[in-house]
Amino acid sequence: MEKTLLNVRNLTIDIPVGGGTLHAVRGIDFSLNRGEVLCIVGESGSGKSLTSLALMGLLGKKITPRADEMSFDGINLLKAGSRQMRALRGARMSMIFQEPMTSLNPAYTIGDQLIEARMLHGGASRAEARARAIELLEKVGITAAASRLSQYPHQLSGGLRQRVMIAMALMCGPELIIADEPTTALDVTIQAQILRLLVDLVREMGMAMILITHDLGVVARVADKVAVMYAGGLVETGPAADVFGQPRHPYTRGLLACIPLPGKTERGAPLGTIPGIVPSLVGEVSGCTFRTRCAEAGPDCRGTIPLRGEGAHEFRCVHAEGRRVSEQEGA
Amino acid sequence: MLQFILKRLGLAILVAFTVSFISFSLLFLSGDPAAALAGETASGEDIEAIRRVYGFDRPMMVQYADWLLSALRGDFGESYYFKLPVAGLIADRLSVTMTLGVCGISFALLTAVPLGVAAAVRPNSLIDRFALFMSVAGQALPSFWFGLILIVVFAIKLGWLPPSGAATWRHFVMPTIVLGYYAMPAIMRLTRAGMLEVLSSDYIRTARAKGASETRVMFKHALRNAIIPVVSLAAVQMGFMLGGSIVVESIFALYGAGYLAWESIGRNDLPTVQALILIFSMFYIVFTFLADVLNAWLDPRMRSS
Repeated sequence: MEKTLLNVRNLTIDIPVGGGTLHAVRGIDFSLNRGEVLCIVGESGSGKSLTSLALMGLLGKKITPRADEMSFDGINLLKAGSRQMRALRGARMSMIFQEPMTSLNPAYTIGDQLIEARMLHGGASRAEARARAIELLEKVGITAAASRLSQYPHQLSGGLRQRVMIAMALMCGPELIIADEPTTALDVTIQAQILRLLVDLVREMGMAMILITHDLGVVARVADKVAVMYAGGLVETGPAADVFGQPRHPYTRGLLACIPLPGKTERGAPLGTIPGIVPSLVGEVSGCTFRTRCAEAGPDCRGTIPLRGEGAHEFRCVHAEGRRVSEQEGA
Repeated sequence: MLQFILKRLGLAILVAFTVSFISFSLLFLSGDPAAALAGETASGEDIEAIRRVYGFDRPMMVQYADWLLSALRGDFGESYYFKLPVAGLIADRLSVTMTLGVCGISFALLTAVPLGVAAAVRPNSLIDRFALFMSVAGQALPSFWFGLILIVVFAIKLGWLPPSGAATWRHFVMPTIVLGYYAMPAIMRLTRAGMLEVLSSDYIRTARAKGASETRVMFKHALRNAIIPVVSLAAVQMGFMLGGSIVVESIFALYGAGYLAWESIGRNDLPTVQALILIFSMFYIVFTFLADVLNAWLDPRMRSS
C-alpha cells in the first residue's frame, strides 16, 4: 500500500475583484502518492496555476485558500505558519515555473542562485552546495557545468535557463515537484527535450510530480493520474489509462478530439474544436460550468452535479452516457 | 567590468573637455571682456591696455589652451573682484558646500529609501500614505520657506540650533534637512515604484519558492534590482546640490561655493564664475561616472552593453 504524499479535498480559492468575488478554484479534490505523476490539464484560466501556488503557499497575502483538507506528508498546509511553509518550500516541495526568461534573478550568477537554494535549508557547506550544483547542472544536460556557475541569467538561452530552474528545484532533493507549464515559453524544438529530461529525473529520483500542461500528448505519455480542470472545477479525474481510454466528461472528450493521434486520426480529417468561451467566474456559479459549450447539455445541467464514477475514475457530468437528452429535446 | 570602467572613464574625460571649452567660451559670450573689465568710463586706449595685460588679444584657442593648462595645475587665475587667486577663494568655500551636499544627499537617501521600501511592501497602508504625504509636502514646500520656518521654530522659539553660520556641526543640521528634504520625494517615489515592480516579478516568486525569508527576499533579491535607477538619480541630485544649494546657503548664511557663484555672477567676476562652472561640472561628471560603475556592479547586464 503506497503512502499518500499529498491530499487535497474541496480546495476553494476566491479572489476579491472589482465587481465581486472571482471563484477561481471551486472545490477540487485530488491526491498523490510518492513517485506518482499527476497531470493537471485544462485551458488558460481554469485555475491550474492557482492550485499549484496554493499548495506552495505562494498565493500572496490577499488570497487565502480554503479546503477541507490540504496536507503534505501529514502536514496540514492550511494551518502551517510562514516559517513552517518556508522550511517545506524548496526543501521538500519545489516548483518550476512557466517563464524561464524572467524566473532567475538578473543580478546574481547562476551559481549563487543554485547554491542559495541549497544553503537556505541548512545541513550543507558552501562547497558541498557548489558540488551539488555542478552535479545537477550536468544532470540536466548542461555542459561545462563548473564554468556556468559564474554566468549570469542574461548570458543563457531560454532552454538553458529552464534547465537551470529544474536543477534549482532539485537542489535539496524534494519529494514533490510542481511543474507549471515548464515548456510553454520555450521553442517547440526543445520543449520535448526539456520535458523528457524532467520526467526522467523525476522517475530516477523517485519524486512525485504535479505537471500542469496544455499538452495532452505529453500527458498521455507520462501521467499516472490525470485531473481535467474546467473553469475552476475538476471535471474528470482518474488513472491516465482510464481517462484517455474512456473519457466520460464531454469536455475531456472535446479536448481529446482537438489533438491528432498518429494512426487514429484520419489524414485530412478536420481536428475537433470546442466552440464558445470559458464562462465568467465572477459572482454566483452554479450547475455545470461547461453547459454553455456542451453539445449534450440539458435543463438538468443547471442543478447540482454529483460526482460519479467507477473506482478511481471520477467525473462530474449528468450526461456522461451520451446524447440522450439533446436528442429528446430535438424530437 | 574593467573594460566597462575604462570605456566610461574615456567618455567622462571627453565630456569634461567639452564642458571645459564651453565654460571657457562663456567669457566671450557676455561681450568684450576687456571692455567689461575696464568699466564704462574707460577710454579706448585703456581697454586696449587691459586687453594686452590679460592676454585677450591672442587667438581664442591659444587662450583656451593656456587657461586649461593652468586650470589643470589648479591655477584658475585671479578674481577680478577680490584680486586674489580664484583657486584659494573657491577651496575655502567648497568645503562648506561639500559638507552640506554630502550631508544633504545622505539625509535624503537615508530617509527616502527605507520609506520607499516600506511603502512598496505595504501599498495603500498607513505607512504608504505617510510616505506619499511626505513626498507631496517635500515637492510643494519651497526651500526658502521651509528653511525660514525651521529657523523660526528650532532657532528662535526653541533655541536648540544656531540660525546661521557654519562653525560647528550644529550649524549644518537645519541646512541638511532643508536640502535633503528637497531631494527626498523623487528618490522616495522612484524607490517605491522600483520595489513595486520588482516585487511582482517572477524571480521574486522563485526566491520565495526556494524558501527564502521575506527579509532575504526584500533585501537580497528585490532591493538590489530596484535601487538601480535610484543610484543614477542620486548622482544627478548630488551634483545639483553642490552647485544649486544657493538658496539654502543664503538662508542659513553658509557662505559656500553656491553662494560665491551667485555673488560672482552679479559682480561680473568671470574667472571665478568660469572656475566654479568647471568645478561643478566636474563633480557632475565624477558622480555620474561613479553611479555608472556602481550600477554596473549591481546589474551585470549593464557591463556588457
